[in-house]
Amino acid sequence: MASPIEQFEIKPIIPVIHFTNSSLFMVGAVAVIVGGLMFATRNRAVVPGRGQAVAEILHDFVVGTLRDTAGQEGMKFFPLVFSLFLFVLTANLFGLIPGFFTVTSHIIVTAALAVLVMGTVVVYGFAKHGTHFLGLFVPSGVPVWLLPFIVIIEVISFLSRPVSLSLRLFANMLAGHIALKVFAGFVVSLLAAGGALSILAPLPLLMAVALMALEFLVASLQAYVFTVLTCIYLNDALHPGH
Amino acid sequence: MDPVAFKFLGAGLACIGMGLAAMGVGNIFGNFLSGALRNPSASDGQFARAFIGAALAEGLGIFCLVVALVLLFT
Repeated sequence: MASPIEQFEIKPIIPVIHFTNSSLFMVGAVAVIVGGLMFATRNRAVVPGRGQAVAEILHDFVVGTLRDTAGQEGMKFFPLVFSLFLFVLTANLFGLIPGFFTVTSHIIVTAALAVLVMGTVVVYGFAKHGTHFLGLFVPSGVPVWLLPFIVIIEVISFLSRPVSLSLRLFANMLAGHIALKVFAGFVVSLLAAGGALSILAPLPLLMAVALMALEFLVASLQAYVFTVLTCIYLNDALHPGH
Repeated sequence: MDPVAFKFLGAGLACIGMGLAAMGVGNIFGNFLSGALRNPSASDGQFARAFIGAALAEGLGIFCLVVALVLLFT
């Protein structure tokens, strides 16, 4: 029987330009997003049709999240946040289709997304506020004798942000898919055991179905969490003083 | 004992941390729900914050999972 982590194996499709199955599904996710949004908004109307309504719901959802956390000023980051949300959501949901590759279950992909976010925060923060951006590490209203420790803790917390942002998405996807594969493996091994044990085989199958429903929730939720945390970190770049 | 056995023991021990993270996440949503039931009109505005807290608490449990996976598969 196949090992549960075999599904994450990267296979080259066009070896010359290092085009792998991961790249294929990334391109596929982007094609679905761009094609879907263009199809949904092909004949725009004041009263939206079904497709346009879906696009508008997605748009308004991200606008609401961004405006609530980063304020009106944060709207200049809307293209970045909206692209990140749609890419992570589509990649997560793509992975739930049987036989499809989950792009976000590889830490290099999520780490690149997290570095993109934190890079934007640092570059924009220094470009807009200069050295005042370092005020992010010095909370106001802290006693002076406590300040050195607080600054160290704030610096560590800032440095751990890209790590936790990427690990959260990666590990959620990885753990979910491994759990699905393990329960699917139970069905096979119970059937292979034969006799009375094969009567029990539907039980892990039911569990796999329930886990699949949970994975749909987790896939959407992790895309949302990634977006909200991106908005919060961008808010720090916009308003560094505590 | 076989050194490889300690690897699996360590992976199992690392997973205890995930149970603790589960307590944290449950605590956040439990308190959110009890607050939301007292004042349902204010719950929508705090929905995102509940998820941020849950995500941060969950992230620490995820670190334990990563430690377990690193122990198992390297």
